[in-house]
Amino acid sequence: MFIKHSIIERNAILMGVLTLITVAIGGLVEIVPLFTIETTIEKVQGMRPYSPLELAGRNIYIREGCYVCHSQQIRPLRDEVERYGHYSLAAESMYDHPFQWGSKRTGPDLARVGGKYSNEWHAAHLIDPRSVVPESIMPGYAFMAERPLQMADVADHLKALRVVGVPYSDEMVAQAKADLAAQADPDADTDGLLKRYPKAKTGDFDGNPARLTELDALIAYLQMLGTLVEFDKVQPGSLRQ
Amino acid sequence: MSSTTASLTGASPIGANPADAYHEDVVRAFVIATIFWGVAAFAAGVYIALQLAFPALNLGLEWTSFGRLRPLHTSAAIFAFGGNALLGSSFYVVQRTCRASLFGGAAPAWFVFFGYQFFIVLAALGYMLGITQSKEYAEPEWYVDLWLTLVWVVYLVIFVGTLIKREEPHIYVANWFYLAFIITVAMLHIVNNLAIPVSPFSTKSYSLFSGVQDALTQWWYGHNAVGFFLTAGFLGMMYYFIPKQAKRPVYSYRLSIVHFWSLIFLYIWAGPHHLHYTSLPDWASTLGMVFSVMLWMPSWGGMINGLMTLSGAWDKLRTDPGLRFSVTAVAFYGMATFEGPVMSIRQVNALSHYTDWTIGHVHSGALGWNAFITFGMLYYLVPALWKRERLYSIRLVSWHFWTATIGILLYITSMWVSGIMQGLMWRAYDQLGFLQYSFVETVQAMHPFYIIRALGGLCFLTGALIMVYNLWRTARGDVRDEAPYGGTRGASAPSTAAA
Repeated sequence: MFIKHSIIERNAILMGVLTLITVAIGGLVEIVPLFTIETTIEKVQGMRPYSPLELAGRNIYIREGCYVCHSQQIRPLRDEVERYGHYSLAAESMYDHPFQWGSKRTGPDLARVGGKYSNEWHAAHLIDPRSVVPESIMPGYAFMAERPLQMADVADHLKALRVVGVPYSDEMVAQAKADLAAQADPDADTDGLLKRYPKAKTGDFDGNPARLTELDALIAYLQMLGTLVEFDKVQPGSLRQ
Repeated sequence: MSSTTASLTGASPIGANPADAYHEDVVRAFVIATIFWGVAAFAAGVYIALQLAFPALNLGLEWTSFGRLRPLHTSAAIFAFGGNALLGSSFYVVQRTCRASLFGGAAPAWFVFFGYQFFIVLAALGYMLGITQSKEYAEPEWYVDLWLTLVWVVYLVIFVGTLIKREEPHIYVANWFYLAFIITVAMLHIVNNLAIPVSPFSTKSYSLFSGVQDALTQWWYGHNAVGFFLTAGFLGMMYYFIPKQAKRPVYSYRLSIVHFWSLIFLYIWAGPHHLHYTSLPDWASTLGMVFSVMLWMPSWGGMINGLMTLSGAWDKLRTDPGLRFSVTAVAFYGMATFEGPVMSIRQVNALSHYTDWTIGHVHSGALGWNAFITFGMLYYLVPALWKRERLYSIRLVSWHFWTATIGILLYITSMWVSGIMQGLMWRAYDQLGFLQYSFVETVQAMHPFYIIRALGGLCFLTGALIMVYNLWRTARGDVRDEAPYGGTRGASAPSTAAA
């Protein structure tokens, strides 16, 4: 051997330190540049933080482990682009703490499911998937239609996200609780909400306008997925990473 | 070929410390926990496999839906079953190969044992209640992560402390791998779980990283959970128990040095192969692919070192089914570490990613390598720890071996077929240039394979239950009156003088 390994294998501390150095290199070389190379996140228009109701729905999506069977990451392969739409951009998950790209498609990709089905379809499908897709193997989530959305600390959620870098303004934090309720209320004044969160879908989601349920939040989230970036304004050159 | 410098005679209890100076109670506890969590993990796996074939088994309850039980299964298998096997075996091996009792005495070791079980229970309860970070294999929320960090630091101190107070001049090769496993898992765990809690009283936290950076950090973690938890740690197990079972020294000392350092250096780079064709920049996924292919060599270095240790002792495979588990495990390790680099190639990954092929690959590693090497260890360790001359029944070990092997084969072949079929159906076009299959048609096509897979899992679970019975009778001191294999009936065979 070109070095005397017996020196290392006689000294536990030396072996531990050398091991740590050896295993640190790969991660440093691969991960650190992702934070420093500016083109990693494409410059596109339309991305914004999640509205309070969308965020609540996203947290339910995470809670139920939807990512276990549904990816949110369309690859630039011909069949995927035809099946699901434009391939996913890094910019589209820039406010996702954590990311939800997934690793398995037991069910279809959801990166651009927003607007593809009606609210009624989503409600029926989530309550009893086989009522609309007989061959589906998805679990039913009927309890969500009955359960009131609990997110009294929504402002704290926005503040925590602000700490990790999501640009929630003071106004967004102050209005968080009101926005949470207004987005699913067909009678609410949503002008302020839509100014803070452009393109947010408003109105009743779960078929029961009288109540704000977990189903409202989850459908609000699903209906905005992949709808923010304005692809007609994107120049191909700006997508180069 | 030279044998290892730290010769296996160092594992003999004869020396400066008598055998009763070793802390074996805590190792026994880890062995029991390994068996318990193993059965729990396999049972959970069978159940969620059946859920995919028969969705009514989700029961319409939030706590029993596939999305919540799948992390329960993976964590039970990796961290509860695999983790207890690693912690327990490392405490056993480090004492024997250092001829020293555990650093700090019994109390810290028991803290690690109970602390680790508490971590498992906290994590499992969280999954069923929907408390999750959604990072695969790192699902537990921030408060569970903090607790595990504390337990892990104590574990590291005990392990390194024992290495330092050793009576042997050299650190035995198994301990290099255990040490690398402990250090690297600490690094991965801390970085990947950096998060800001909503409040000190909230179970919810938000990951420090987002999107593409979060994805690469997660798969840097995720792939090295495989690389260091399920590979380096279990290689440590292999380097102690195969030589002990075969009564042969490790095949090549030089090969262990080369493959140890190259394995731990290369593995860390391989994570981005989980993110081919995603929003991750190409340079990163290309790096991941190149290093994954290179990783094939050190992986097979470990396989060769394990298998060739049997040189001159291959006949033991006929008569010692416990050793057969360990050796088959190394063969599965070789197979899985060949399949892995193939799947990491971008063009292959385009087909395999998002399909059941990945699930099959993972299980050829988890069942074939991790579980089999653990079974081999348990069949050696239980008689040794409970001071029994031999196992209750050698023939039942054979029954376990064949039931489990058939189970694995059913599992991985069905997942190969369903994965490749699904990948091909997704990209199939009809004569008019339209996508040929809707998504749900591919789901329907999976159904028979999901049933075969569940049957495979059931075989594997049955084998494990045979093991539980055998080991329980062994610990009680029973010996089954049975015809022995080959010519091994020696002094340790049961006395049948009455016959």
